[in-house]
Amino acid sequence: MDLQQYLPIALFLGVATVIGIALLTLGSLLGPRKPDSEKLSPYECGFEAFEDARMKFDVRYYLIAILFIIFDLEIAFLFPWSVVLDQIGWHGIASMGLFLGLLVVGFVYEWKKGALEWE
Amino acid sequence: MDDLLLLAWTLAKILLIAVPLIVAVAFFTLAERKVIGWMQVRLGPTEIGPLALAQPFADTAKMLFKELVMPRNADRFLYILAPLLTLAPAFAAWAVIPFDQGVALSQIDAGLLYLLAMTSLGVYGVILAGWASNSKYAFLGAMRSAAQIVSYEIAMGFALVCVIVASGSLNIEKIVLAQAGNAGFFEWFWLPLLPMFVVYFISGVAETNRAPFDVAEGESEIVAGFHVEYSGAAFAVFFLAEYANMILISLLAAIMFLGGWLSPFQGWIGGFLGEPSFLWLFAKASIFAFCYLWFRATFPRYRYDQIMRLGWKVFIPITIVWVAVIAVLIVAKVVERGV
Repeated sequence: MDLQQYLPIALFLGVATVIGIALLTLGSLLGPRKPDSEKLSPYECGFEAFEDARMKFDVRYYLIAILFIIFDLEIAFLFPWSVVLDQIGWHGIASMGLFLGLLVVGFVYEWKKGALEWE
Repeated sequence: MDDLLLLAWTLAKILLIAVPLIVAVAFFTLAERKVIGWMQVRLGPTEIGPLALAQPFADTAKMLFKELVMPRNADRFLYILAPLLTLAPAFAAWAVIPFDQGVALSQIDAGLLYLLAMTSLGVYGVILAGWASNSKYAFLGAMRSAAQIVSYEIAMGFALVCVIVASGSLNIEKIVLAQAGNAGFFEWFWLPLLPMFVVYFISGVAETNRAPFDVAEGESEIVAGFHVEYSGAAFAVFFLAEYANMILISLLAAIMFLGGWLSPFQGWIGGFLGEPSFLWLFAKASIFAFCYLWFRATFPRYRYDQIMRLGWKVFIPITIVWVAVIAVLIVAKVVERGV
């Protein structure tokens, strides 16, 4: 049953990639190819591109990424817990309550610190 | 020989999902233009074919015959990899979708976990496309949509945890069967999980970067966002992935909160209307797909700080509270657990 069920999934990933590659190849075969220096420059609404696009970016994006990892891990912990919840009962509720409680404290802290502000 | 036969049969089944999906995407784009047109008292496309039914094919052909422009400063390998990385998970997620009882390509027990993983992978394509293009608009758009996608994914994940708590399984078919019963549509999970149902669909709209959360491609500020440097067929691949994801979210909302292929009149009346059928699933999913178009025609675009505030300060607290509420209700046996 089990591992065999994953074979179609791997195949599907392959087929999807092939569809993508086929589309791109078809496009490059059928389309014209007349490059010139203006066409190949980065698009900036008609302006000359004036500096490299690899620029400094707002640290808040980085912060969001870190917070995301914490919360996503938390969800990963919740998945198995929620499957067996009826077997672990109130003990499970108490343990997860403690775990979630700690995370909520952290969440309140980052909220009060202004990590979630975007002004 | 048997293995080869199995392989061919599996490939046939995959194409049986992928080809209708591509056709569905094609006609969904036509429906979008028509519906939004009517909502704005216009006609939408009318010219190509009867009822403009050939319009999507004309669009596809046109896109394939356009030049593929790769910007001079682009990272060539990543630039080509990005659309593939967006398309592959958007399609592969369909492998575990059950269309009727027992009708799924693969019925893995970790189905929901797999779906969460696949829908999360799409963000890599977005980031890579923005980075590899080496253009400021693309880069800004990629940062914005990546931050937005991961933010709403948390709310989505918590909503899914509630579904698992209520159903007791990660297997998608079992999640649907857990919603069977004799009280019609009151057996479905939208009732005990009502806030999660709302949060899930709104997060789904935000996750697919659609209006009113489409700041990533806010035309008035950063043109098309992360795929601004993609043309022709490469753009078509992003487009295909985006619409496949929209249809996927619509189907998932129907499966997890509206009882999938179960009849809304189950247990009340007999006959065809009381029977489970894949037609119910498609009907329910169509409602959500229509909502996508309706939102786009109706709502003005959110500001970026409003989007992040909604995701982090409204949805995440609501979902955490509801995980606790539904868990206590289940353990105290106030709400009966499915399976």
